[in-house]
Amino acid sequence: MFEFFKNTEVFKTLFGRESSGATARERLRLVLLSDHLALAPDVVDALKAELLEVIARYVDIDPEMAEVTFEQRERELAMLASVPIKSVRKDRPSAPAQRTANGRAHAPLNQPPRRRRRRRRPSPAAPPNGAPSDGTLLAPPGTFESSAQA
Amino acid sequence: MSARRIVVTSGKGGVGKTTTTANLGAALAKKGRRVVLVDTDIGLRNLDLVMGVEKRIVFDLVEVVEGRCQLRQALIRDKRFESLKILAAAQTRDKTAVSEEQMDKLMGELAKSNDYVIIDCPAGIEHGFRNAVAGAREAIVVTTPEVSAIRDADRVVGKLREREIPLQLIINRVRPEMVKAGEMMSIEDVGEILGADILGVIPDDEGVIDTTNRGEPLVLDETQKLAAIYGRIARRLEGEDLPLTDLDPPSVFSKFFTMWKAG
Ligand SMILES: Nc1ncnc2c1ncn2[C@@H]1O[C@H](COP(=O)(O)OP(=O)(O)O)[C@@H](O)[C@H]1O
Ligand SMILES: [Mg+2]
Repeated sequence: MFEFFKNTEVFKTLFGRESSGATARERLRLVLLSDHLALAPDVVDALKAELLEVIARYVDIDPEMAEVTFEQRERELAMLASVPIKSVRKDRPSAPAQRTANGRAHAPLNQPPRRRRRRRRPSPAAPPNGAPSDGTLLAPPGTFESSAQA
Repeated sequence: MSARRIVVTSGKGGVGKTTTTANLGAALAKKGRRVVLVDTDIGLRNLDLVMGVEKRIVFDLVEVVEGRCQLRQALIRDKRFESLKILAAAQTRDKTAVSEEQMDKLMGELAKSNDYVIIDCPAGIEHGFRNAVAGAREAIVVTTPEVSAIRDADRVVGKLREREIPLQLIINRVRPEMVKAGEMMSIEDVGEILGADILGVIPDDEGVIDTTNRGEPLVLDETQKLAAIYGRIARRLEGEDLPLTDLDPPSVFSKFFTMWKAG
């Protein structure tokens, strides 16, 4: 009786040890992600952190509640960010001043060199910048969802 | 009508490509299909042993490619299934003895007078893999539910998609009782992680070793548990819509309730 009970998922959950099948799944998810992106796992973590940092410049977010995940779509990998927004920042910096002629933002000087992805896809069009600059609330507090193809 | 040209591949070695090729081929032949099994593992041939035809090899694949014999002279006719033939790999040659173009041409030739050309691929993603894939128009990716096999399968899936070769998965050596206990990844997990359709799920079974020892495809023996499973995979390959598996053992809880009711 005890013999087969101790093999159940319930038992392991109760006694705080994650089943090895679940561990295998999560480890594989991460390693395949970095295989696909040709990025090391710690670089993936850095990417998530920087992404939240950028969003936090514009809107007041709760980084604790933010989730950045990757998902295997039919043929490609998708990056999904779910970031709860508390409010739009009143002190929002004026974005256009930081842009270069080609529309890309300046990289900070202390940024580590990045590895390039093997295959480059055309970069998506820069988002339209029609936001009013007086700091009015653009959207009610809610969840900001974005999805980008990788 | 030209044959379907299917490569059985995996990335990692020892996950069951040759076993799958032999038994799926035999299952299709049992249905009356004309099948050729091609061993492309040059230098490490094994399909002949698994099929029990190792003593009957006169000419091999490389000799056909080099024009030393006619294609039909190199085809070994299976004694148990009339419509099943085997083309052996060369054992004492190097993988570079054949090019992708030559392989494609040879498989095209075999396709003319058969229903299925099933290509047993060597492990790895190098020359031998590229050759085997060059001869195919669709693929079966074999993996076990283990992290290293799945990671390698993922690499292979990527390479097949680059070549726009449609693929399906076979998950081999599954141990249902371990999946139930959460100690092995589930079929759904593997399919989801690899982002591909599952053609079949094959349990780990002693019958495989037993029949391989004797060089007899397992599907010959109806009493073998896996015989019906390979049969279903063959039917699914031909487009029948069959549920994936009913090989799950009764769950621990239903076992418990049975005991409780009985007691
Ligand atoms: N479903 C299975 N159950 C038990 N043993 C298996 C199963 N499938 C394969 N094997 C065993 O695993 C080993 C490797 O199989 P093989 O088909 O030669 O792999 P590969 O061709 O991918 O290298 C062999 O000893 C074979 O008998
Ligand atoms: Mg093999």
